[in-house]
Amino acid sequence: MAEGIDWDWIGRHTDDIATATIDHLQLVGAGVGLAVAVALPTAVALRNHPIGATIASSTATVLYTIPSLALFAFLIPVFGIGKTPAILGLAIYAVGVLLRNTVTGLRGVPAPVLEAARGMGLNRRQVLLKVELPLAVPAILTGIRLATIETVAIATIAAFVAGGGLGELILNNGIERNLFVTPIVAGTVIAVCMALTLDLALVGVQRIATPWSRRIAIRPDEARP
Amino acid sequence: MSLPSDTWTAFTENEGWERLTQHVELSVVAIALATTIGVALGIACAKGGPIGSFGIAATGLIGRTVPTFAAMALVIAFTSIGFWPAAIGLTALGIPSVLLNVATGIRGAEPGAVEAARGMGLTPTQVLTRVELPLALPLAFTGLRTAAVMIVATAALAGAVGAGGLGVTIIAGLSNNQTDVLLAGAIPVTLLAVVAEVLVLTAQSLTTPKRLRRARRQAQLLGRGQ
Repeated sequence: MAEGIDWDWIGRHTDDIATATIDHLQLVGAGVGLAVAVALPTAVALRNHPIGATIASSTATVLYTIPSLALFAFLIPVFGIGKTPAILGLAIYAVGVLLRNTVTGLRGVPAPVLEAARGMGLNRRQVLLKVELPLAVPAILTGIRLATIETVAIATIAAFVAGGGLGELILNNGIERNLFVTPIVAGTVIAVCMALTLDLALVGVQRIATPWSRRIAIRPDEARP
Repeated sequence: MSLPSDTWTAFTENEGWERLTQHVELSVVAIALATTIGVALGIACAKGGPIGSFGIAATGLIGRTVPTFAAMALVIAFTSIGFWPAAIGLTALGIPSVLLNVATGIRGAEPGAVEAARGMGLTPTQVLTRVELPLALPLAFTGLRTAAVMIVATAALAGAVGAGGLGVTIIAGLSNNQTDVLLAGAIPVTLLAVVAEVLVLTAQSLTTPKRLRRARRQAQLLGRGQ
């Protein structure tokens, strides 16, 4: 089983590898995009609620406790197999990180700043759009970054529900063909490179988007494994 | 949709108890090994100066970017199919979160307390065991909880690579398109993950003096891992 890398196989399957990589990127993009669309409004609604932070944090904890393969399995009876349950599953996981980071970011806006904004005659909507959200941008972007890296990893499991992506190389071409090592290594290497590249790109976005926050960013989740 | 009784029948008909036992054994072995190795390496990294810092950074990067499923598949492909290869793969996956949290906890130990302990004439080993490690305990438990939940979850993927456990039932349900078999694997795995989380939380509160619990609960909320 422990043979070396079969470069011939890679040469003959560049198309499959490219398709799997693009599929993977699409899964990640759709999953994280959907999660942002759900998490941002929810976090805005929860931000002033006394137990908003608790709700956000326990939602994240509960979601993370569900094993990924089981989560995808739970979605199948309702959504069948394919891209739909895959994207939904990924979005559900990403919502956890995003919700917690966004709520933490919004609640981390200093009270004197809010008072100054109100004192200047800004209404609630203006305070949210011009003060709270811009100040929460570092925390939100950190959330998006963590969610993206994690989604790149979890998306390899989408292959179990025929969702495509790099997991297809690992599962269908590798494990199911008598543990053929080459596609497993290829899938892993591409997934790791994709996570690192997206991480770097998002760090760049973070720096450009928040030049003022390089020294005092609210980054609650930086120490995560 | 399938009825609960169908799921129960599917559970018993698919060697449910046997696979559940396999799953628990695999997880317990991996969690125990990951905790032991993770704590030891975490202490080494925290005390290891710049090399330790590099170790912490590298572990963080690897732990975040290598997909658990891919890592399991790689370990099995390069070793063999069976209980121990799967247990070793799961151990490797659990180590980063324990290591990172222990190292962060030790490095983040209240400098005043460490100074005071040194001033009282404690040796470096005593400072570590009596001051730094106890102060790092809440974060260490956070790491352990993350690792435990992750190992139980990934053990389900081990089913895909012939290591047994409840993943076998889930995959059988997937490939035969049988909802009740699917759920007969997915529900017990989820319950196991919840049990793992609750057990670690219980252990944490049992080892924490009552008056410290509230303060530590807040620290834990902030440092919560995956």
